[in-house]
Amino acid sequence: MVHVTRGFTGRHPATDDRLPPGQYLTDDFPVLSAGPTPAIRRDEWTFSVRDGDQALRSWTWDEFTALPAEDITVDIHCVTRWSRLDTTWRGVAIDDLLADVDTAAEYVLARSYGGYTTNLPLEDLLDGKAWIAYEHDGDDLPAEHGGPARLLVPHLYLWKSAKWIKSLDLVDDDDPGFWESLGYHDYGDPWREQRYQGD
Amino acid sequence: MSEHRDGNALAGPLADIFTAEATTAQVRCRACGLSTTLAQLVVYGPEPGLVGRCPGCTEYVIRVATTPSGTWLDLGGATSFHFTSTVDVPIR
Amino acid sequence: MTGSRAETATAHTLSLRVDEWSGHLPGQHVDVRLTAPDGYQAVRSYSLAAPADDCVIEITVQRLPGGEVSAFLTDIAMIGDELEVRGPLGNWFVWDQDDPSPVLLVAGGSGVVPLMSMIRARDEADIQTPFHLIHSVRTPQDRIYGDELTRLAAQAGGPSVTWLYTRTAPPTETRPPGRLRQNDLDDGSSRTSGATPTCFICGPTGFVEEAANHLLAAGHHADRIRTERFGGR
Repeated sequence: MVHVTRGFTGRHPATDDRLPPGQYLTDDFPVLSAGPTPAIRRDEWTFSVRDGDQALRSWTWDEFTALPAEDITVDIHCVTRWSRLDTTWRGVAIDDLLADVDTAAEYVLARSYGGYTTNLPLEDLLDGKAWIAYEHDGDDLPAEHGGPARLLVPHLYLWKSAKWIKSLDLVDDDDPGFWESLGYHDYGDPWREQRYQGD
Repeated sequence: MSEHRDGNALAGPLADIFTAEATTAQVRCRACGLSTTLAQLVVYGPEPGLVGRCPGCTEYVIRVATTPSGTWLDLGGATSFHFTSTVDVPIR
Repeated sequence: MTGSRAETATAHTLSLRVDEWSGHLPGQHVDVRLTAPDGYQAVRSYSLAAPADDCVIEITVQRLPGGEVSAFLTDIAMIGDELEVRGPLGNWFVWDQDDPSPVLLVAGGSGVVPLMSMIRARDEADIQTPFHLIHSVRTPQDRIYGDELTRLAAQAGGPSVTWLYTRTAPPTETRPPGRLRQNDLDDGSSRTSGATPTCFICGPTGFVEEAANHLLAAGHHADRIRTERFGGR
């Protein structure tokens, strides 16, 4: 029994064809947090690619930022309905990080400092579709937006772009991550409005 | 800056599930064993969901998400809840 | 919705008639849910501002910059509109009027709302429990319920009320404008007549944490301090 509130529209969803259904445009960069913002020192930061719980590749901050990086301009879409267009980032393509990794795994569990996890199909991280980003808007990525570094998978809802990324774990099963295990969609395509389980 | 609130913010969603008032229950953190009143958890949210964290170790104790299909509840971060029997305060 | 009145330039008190409302405790809140025609829903918690008058409850809403729910409630909702309300909610941040302990209330901005509910309940029940309210506001114009608090404080047996100004103080104020300081609370708690006070702190998250730390440093016990954080700075 849904009661529509007279005069309430929520934020006006825009009719820009670059906006997925139900999204509105914002110039802000809202911060949604499921926990305290971890303070990670760059001299203690590591990032690894793991096969199950075995590290295949691992980088320190200096090693990681010495890798060939790309400048990225993408639109981002949050499941809480805000979208930003033409956001700019700098980071390393996942293709480069997995270049010499031979795996039969079909899925990835992204793990973050602070304990956050999110699950993705491996193929969604490849072919120039995803990066580990450590700069935003020409500056170091601020902690509240996931710095030192975050996963960036702009073609999926932003909860998939795990902040404070620590590792990508290659796994056989699409086991749900932090929000996926609490009713959110396993894939999260904004263009198909896959916000919740069953969408 | 992480905005957070108190376990008080969980009262509404939990009122749909529990017949007893849940925020005055004692809850024990599975990660560190600290017992606290649910109302004193450190709560993040409300979107995408409410995450009630232990004030001692910051691990999550309870998670609640309200979606169009209904409420999702995760009590996995808690070992136990203690609902004390209360006498209803007379309402004037 | 049966009434709407401005308290300050940005805060409005809404009166809501809720059929079968069976009363509530001072400090409790309600959740208000708004639904757009496309099915989008937004839920926000608002403290109840006063004891119920039969089936009529009051909430005071501070309009936040960019706040989709608060701006709707203060600017668009009209008398006669129907809103979905769930409550009363929360039995923790409540004042038990049978407890004779003196009460120290510390509010930042619109955090005064649930504390006003306690003050009004005390006044309605004609209870003499010592009450002291410390309300931190930006300017004199931001004193939600200012006239009513002034009137209550002037009554015999009324609560004592102190306003602290963070930006602009009235000309008669000797305290320089600024954020909450340790001695602001030392003064307040000493006025609650010696017995161990129960402390209720409500306001933006940062304010509540500073106030709680000041109270702990002043020797208050953690188990006598109850907090309600609104989020925000």
